[in-house]
Amino acid sequence: MTTIVTDAALPLVSMPLSAAETAAIDHEITHYPQRQAATIEALKIVQEHQGWVSDGKLVAIAEHLGVHPSEVESVATFYNRIYRKPVAENVFLICDSVSCWMMGQPELMAQAADILGIQPGGTSGAITLIPTPCLGACDQAPVMMINDQRIEKLTPEKLTALIAQHRTGTGMHSGEARS
Amino acid sequence: MTLALEKPLTQFLKADGTVTTLEEYRDAGGYSGLKKALAMTPEAVLQQVKDSNLRGRGGAGFQTGLKWSFVPKGDQQRYLICNADEMEPGTFKDRWLMEGDPHQLIEGMIISAYAIGASIGYLFLRADYPVAAERMRQALQDAEKAGLLGAGILGSNFSMVLHLHTSAGRYICGEETALINSLEGRRANPRAKPPFPQVSGLFGKPTVVNNVETLCNIPHILRHGPEWFLSLGLGQDSGTKIFGVSGRVNNPGAWELPMGTPIREILEKHAGGMLPGYGMKGFLPGGGSTDFLTADHLDLAMDYDVIGKAGSRMGTGTLIMLDDKTCPVGMVLNLIRFFAQESCGWCTPCRNGLPYVRQLLTDIEQGRGKPEDLDTLLAYCGYLGPGNTFCALAPGAAEPLQSALKFFRDDFEQHIHQGCCPYH
Repeated sequence: MTTIVTDAALPLVSMPLSAAETAAIDHEITHYPQRQAATIEALKIVQEHQGWVSDGKLVAIAEHLGVHPSEVESVATFYNRIYRKPVAENVFLICDSVSCWMMGQPELMAQAADILGIQPGGTSGAITLIPTPCLGACDQAPVMMINDQRIEKLTPEKLTALIAQHRTGTGMHSGEARS
Repeated sequence: MTLALEKPLTQFLKADGTVTTLEEYRDAGGYSGLKKALAMTPEAVLQQVKDSNLRGRGGAGFQTGLKWSFVPKGDQQRYLICNADEMEPGTFKDRWLMEGDPHQLIEGMIISAYAIGASIGYLFLRADYPVAAERMRQALQDAEKAGLLGAGILGSNFSMVLHLHTSAGRYICGEETALINSLEGRRANPRAKPPFPQVSGLFGKPTVVNNVETLCNIPHILRHGPEWFLSLGLGQDSGTKIFGVSGRVNNPGAWELPMGTPIREILEKHAGGMLPGYGMKGFLPGGGSTDFLTADHLDLAMDYDVIGKAGSRMGTGTLIMLDDKTCPVGMVLNLIRFFAQESCGWCTPCRNGLPYVRQLLTDIEQGRGKPEDLDTLLAYCGYLGPGNTFCALAPGAAEPLQSALKFFRDDFEQHIHQGCCPYH
């Protein structure tokens, strides 16, 4: 286990990758001539298992790929779909790009925030609410995604029902680290 | 057969949205373009694509054959990348092609890799297309099992592996040099050009990056020949194009139509015209980063050069309609908000300019605008414009803004004079 001292003098301690995570990352590494190229895959694999990417896992990825943790952090914070904070079991991504905006997204986002009692970006129960750029289904606007499922032609009624359906659950994403 | 010859790209797309399998694709003549290509020299394949005058369908419209011809010969690793990072606001064509007919894309990629001498290909797919990812992954496995990928493809001495990379979401990944950085596991900042990727791209090796729809055209060009492809277009440009319409129309959607189809036909015949009670105020012809056009332009042909001469770009060919009950200032603000958020932060005009423009537009939209703001916005369109940045994100962001200031100036002025948004 390596201890890395950051500028803030907080030691970042590696949280070892699980066997499953390591195996999946190693498979992705075979697709590239350089280990670093698998950084995004590694972050996504850890997120699949843990729900998000913690500091400890980020350091473990860096060690495994042979790059500095700050490089992995620079990548992790660049991409919209890498979560550096825990998210709930159900991530509600509401498209806020132009076609959805025209077709009623602002009202839908306000409605979701109101029902859940949170601001966009926040978590309530088993739902994390996040605005997202264009989901590529503009003819079916307004559009959202719940985890991997795309919901088209969203209406206030549909949204209310989806929130009720997904609100209760185990709460936060139950990663291996928690179970 | 008529369908195959008139609408090659969508001939195997099923109405129920399910995927065309390898068996179905082959039964209908799929992979025969590859077979034909492998019997030719790579140079001859490249010549066919050049002769077809195929232009890149990702937005820039660069000639595909010409792009390929910049790849140096010699004994070195070369890469082919498919840009499937479709994230231009208002664009939903590549997802449709990948979800419905993954083998068409794979066949296009193998032929293209053969033409440029690439033994490794990557499909760079955006994060938010899980269905496309699953179907492409399955199709890649099936193709490999059938000897269509891997060593000695179809008994030839051409070998190729094709990897699927699913991204983690960022608009700038659609810019080809940013995409290459992303594929190397880095932040997706664009690179300075030259060197162009064809000479020094992925891992410093010669690399060609082509859009999904571009690559999907390749098998058909090989199968039916460049002459046939040239004959498909109604005007100067060849082939067909997936055109789409979103916004307040009766029948939003996407359709494969001849290149050069008049805008009016796309809007009225296919999209069914504006919804009852709504008039058309303007439209973006090819995604969020194109200049507005108006009713005066409806009879123009959707051809790269025709739309270019009218002061906009055909871009991705997916129209976004602005109706007369939607605030044009609000619409531009929405677009600028997107571009400001998705800027990678590498160049100053983009990183600092877009948030400033966003603030000015927010002030105008919320009734705090000042008359001099309009001159400031126009000046910023210049600062954001071509020549000041590494890539086309900021110049693209300036396009809807500069054209809105031209066509909808009254609306901006009304906001400022009334101290509120007249559309609310």
